[in-house]
Amino acid sequence: MLEVESLTTRYGAIAAIREVGLTVRAGEVVCLIGPNGAGKTTLLSTIAGLLKSSSGQISLGGNDITDWAPDRILRSGLALVPEHRRIFADLTVNENLMVGGVTKTSNKRAELLNQVVELFPVLGSKLGTSAGYLSGGEAQQLAIGRAMMAEPQLLLLDEPTLGLAPLLADVVFDLIGTLRTAGLTLLVVEQSARRILEVADRGYVMRSGEVVVSGLADDLLARQDLFDTYLGRNDDSA
Amino acid sequence: MTELLQQVVDGLGRGGIYALIALGIAVIFGVMHLVNFAHGELITVSAYTAYALFVAGWNWWLIAPAVVVTAGLTSVVIEFVAFRWVRGAPDFTMLMTSFGVHFLVQAAFVMYVSANFRQFPRPGWIFETWKVGGVSLEVFDLLVILFTLLTLGATYWVLHRTMFGMSLRAAAEDFDAARLMGIRSDRIIRGAFALSGLLAGVAAVFWLMRSGQAGPTAGLSPMLKGVLAALIGGLGSLSGAVLGGVVLGLAEVFLISYLPESLVGLTDGIVFLFIAFLFVFRPQGLITVRRAERV
Repeated sequence: MLEVESLTTRYGAIAAIREVGLTVRAGEVVCLIGPNGAGKTTLLSTIAGLLKSSSGQISLGGNDITDWAPDRILRSGLALVPEHRRIFADLTVNENLMVGGVTKTSNKRAELLNQVVELFPVLGSKLGTSAGYLSGGEAQQLAIGRAMMAEPQLLLLDEPTLGLAPLLADVVFDLIGTLRTAGLTLLVVEQSARRILEVADRGYVMRSGEVVVSGLADDLLARQDLFDTYLGRNDDSA
Repeated sequence: MTELLQQVVDGLGRGGIYALIALGIAVIFGVMHLVNFAHGELITVSAYTAYALFVAGWNWWLIAPAVVVTAGLTSVVIEFVAFRWVRGAPDFTMLMTSFGVHFLVQAAFVMYVSANFRQFPRPGWIFETWKVGGVSLEVFDLLVILFTLLTLGATYWVLHRTMFGMSLRAAAEDFDAARLMGIRSDRIIRGAFALSGLLAGVAAVFWLMRSGQAGPTAGLSPMLKGVLAALIGGLGSLSGAVLGGVVLGLAEVFLISYLPESLVGLTDGIVFLFIAFLFVFRPQGLITVRRAERV
């Protein structure tokens, strides 16, 4: 479904990611883990069209989407839930969801809104609330629900548990399981390496802008050397 | 009390025009992070349009809608010709572009029309007054207040009840996140310029009804007032822009009323002093704006 080949993205003279390659197949949950500054967010932002690549290729469903505008990439079926959620705090929950479905017809938006509210009942009870007043967990659900309004085939989640209390982080991991059951393909960037590897099919480990290890999630989980070398001995979810 | 009421009505009449101009400036700032100093040129172009239509024999009932449409179209054309090329550029580059447009339009009118102001007749009936309980209500002020409320109501409806409006507000809060939702930056920016232009057009109708003249610098004063009002309200805040316009209008009228006659000429300077004083305590303006970094 998603093929990234030899992708390099620079901030000025500095290459934030170098020659990165990864694959996500339909129906999979793939995780991207690594220390801070490894280039995970840069990679997702480049795939979603927010950053221009310097070289390499990104293909989605066989189409070359390298350096397409974000709205065109979204219309092709790829949605990104960005780091820090970035919900529209001045808009109501309902308006956030409507904006998420901006590419759809009004009838389709209404239908999708019902589906999202069914999936995230807490949003249904707060449709008229200003999104700025939501708790961290509710805001994360809104961010994911907003992305789901675009009916993506592939959802990229960037640090979905960042800044959340452990209990709320559990809710988000449950949510990833729910999305997977709903048939969505997911590429997730997450700091809690063990937790995400437990729900993922495959994983990629990044460090200093490069993919250094990749493999089946279970195999990566079993490799203590990986945690010692790249992810820290005290991974918070261990 | 009667005098105070009189001043409030006058202030609201004046402030309504400022509010409409400031709202247009705030819309553009919200989406592009640009203080558009070319906004006044919409009023300059409107002024010459009104003059030309008068010469052609049109009356104010036809000129008013023509001016609004002209300002809206001019705004879109300015975006297409000038600002499109500097999207995503640093704020300073866009600011310089707006100054460039401002001076180019002025120079074009000086070179191809005249440096002198052209007069056209103002509609006499707008200066008629109605006495209500000792307060003289000028038709002009009532018209401005009425149309400002109608325009603000329509703008509110567009911003809160249409997908374009919701997208515009989302883009104003976080442009990148809005693009990730599938909002097309081209459309939203062009739409913002159109809306901003239409608001300037409504303001221009009243400004021109009062001034009755067209000149290369006709838009300078209203633009400065609009920027001031937007600053007072909190740059980028739409409700703040309206509030700022009303506050500025009221402040001017009160100053004109209560200052000794020999100091009335200093009204603008004193208003600036008040604003500087306000910024000491509230540098963000009257209303705080939540905003993410833009591209």
